[in-house]
Amino acid sequence: MSSVKVDFRGTLGRFELNARFEVPARGVTAIFGPSGCGKTAVMRCIAGLNRLDGLCSVAGDVWQDDKTFRPVHQRPIGYVFQEANLFPHLSVRRNLMYGHPGQSSAAAISFDEIVALLGITKLLDRSPRHLSGGERQRVAIGRALLSQPKLLLMDEPLSALDQMTKDEILPYLERLHAALDLPILYISHDIAEVERLADELVLMRSGMVLACGPLSELQADLSLPLALSRDAAVSLDATVMAQDAVDGMATLAVPGGQFLLPAEPLASGTKRRLRVLADDVSLALETPSRSTIVNVLRAKILEIRSQSDHRVTALLGLGEDGEGARLLSRVTQRSWNELGLQAGLSVYAQVKGVALVRREEPAA
Amino acid sequence: MNLHVSADIWQPVRLTLELAALTTVILMIVGTPIAWWLARSRAWWKEAVAALVAIPLVLPPTVLGFYLLVALGPSGPGGALASLWGARTLAFTFPGLVIGSVLFSMPFVVQPIRNAFEAMGEKPMEAAATLRASPWRAFWTIAVPLASPGFLTGAILGFAHTVGEFGVVLMIGGNIPGKTKVLSVAIYDYVETSQWTEASVLALGMVVFSFSVILTMMLIEKKMTKSAS
Repeated sequence: MSSVKVDFRGTLGRFELNARFEVPARGVTAIFGPSGCGKTAVMRCIAGLNRLDGLCSVAGDVWQDDKTFRPVHQRPIGYVFQEANLFPHLSVRRNLMYGHPGQSSAAAISFDEIVALLGITKLLDRSPRHLSGGERQRVAIGRALLSQPKLLLMDEPLSALDQMTKDEILPYLERLHAALDLPILYISHDIAEVERLADELVLMRSGMVLACGPLSELQADLSLPLALSRDAAVSLDATVMAQDAVDGMATLAVPGGQFLLPAEPLASGTKRRLRVLADDVSLALETPSRSTIVNVLRAKILEIRSQSDHRVTALLGLGEDGEGARLLSRVTQRSWNELGLQAGLSVYAQVKGVALVRREEPAA
Repeated sequence: MNLHVSADIWQPVRLTLELAALTTVILMIVGTPIAWWLARSRAWWKEAVAALVAIPLVLPPTVLGFYLLVALGPSGPGGALASLWGARTLAFTFPGLVIGSVLFSMPFVVQPIRNAFEAMGEKPMEAAATLRASPWRAFWTIAVPLASPGFLTGAILGFAHTVGEFGVVLMIGGNIPGKTKVLSVAIYDYVETSQWTEASVLALGMVVFSFSVILTMMLIEKKMTKSAS
């Protein structure tokens, strides 16, 4: 029962919306799709800022159905807008306190904790007018959190910021994710952000929900546009097994295989997220003897899709039986034919690049 | 020219200030919800209401005064209202002047407040709602402070415009000293009776007053735009 259930249909402005999905009420769920596909409309409907026919319930609590429509201020949400939208006539501190005037020590999310987590202690007595874009957005996030929400809605909170500022804020978001047990719906059109933050994914296109489910499953689904896009990749949740003290090479285990990669010191047993681009995975029939590529994993070709640009995208399952984690590999049609590759074949996946995309999380 | 200024010159001044202050207070109370509605409503007929509020801007004051005279008189609704306390009419009374001034100065108060509410946009109110603020709390803690320059401009313009009205007052108030004889009418009277000294004292006072009002508004506006950027 602990899920966010949404089903909206109707016309908003110029386009038809027909959005229906159900995601777990925990972790980060990214709503991903091109600009103008209705992501923001869905989120505004969940918040009650817009009203369309339909249904919305969060962890069994019905916010909207045929009979009820709970007004915005009675929904236990936090909403972070694209523009920080701070109140210009109030100090940072009073902005933070606005949603929770009588701050009690019993609150689940405490003022001091949030201020420290977001690194805004020094800004408290300033006016929002004198903050940088990144600072403003951090205050907006803090303000939303301090209203003690049961669901945090974030509408492209980083899209108005430049890349440097984004890189400055992303670690804070990751910390939130790790430190707070709060379900987050996160709108983005930037797949890199999604790969860093999201556990679940709702894939949208022209007002419709194409698919929803765990991020790694949707990324590896060859019937969805994600797996065939230029920057197709998979996200793998890995456990740190060991690290060589001399050359810094860490061993991280995923179902059906292990990856080696150079990294800053990692604590053994912690969870990390890896990202492997489809373009970085090539296929071989024998294990290559001398190569600079350190990650060569046994895998089985599960499914293939030929693309119009004379390339083939293959879905691989790690391990001899192909039962392990899923990888995507993209190779040219010519190499594919020359090696006589086909679904069901066991191969060696040579992984040229593996990236750590998420900060440390405490061991489960 | 008689250099001696008659003592009852101050009576119209006091009456005018009373009228303008009361009118401004009433207009802030009545005008704010109208301005809010005009700024936020999506009703197709709201511009018709806006035009109705703005009519005194273009209508000759005597026309408005004529209709008010009829409405406030013994056979109009004003007369019916007056009969509640045993009077015959609201015309030629101070309450009648207040009613006339409220209608006549309404656009000068409603328009700046409406503009301020519109300039603020939907976003601050939406943010407040997502932070559990009821519409009532959001209005007082967010909309009113953000629109405060509009309120200030509205109050100053409403006050100043009431001080300067002539046509409407003449039609519905006449010039009963101490009751309905306001500044602008008094000046007219002094000129009619060739009391040039009194007329020029009041006229010069009005010039100084008007100048100060406009200067104050410009300075406030400058300060507001400075602190908003």
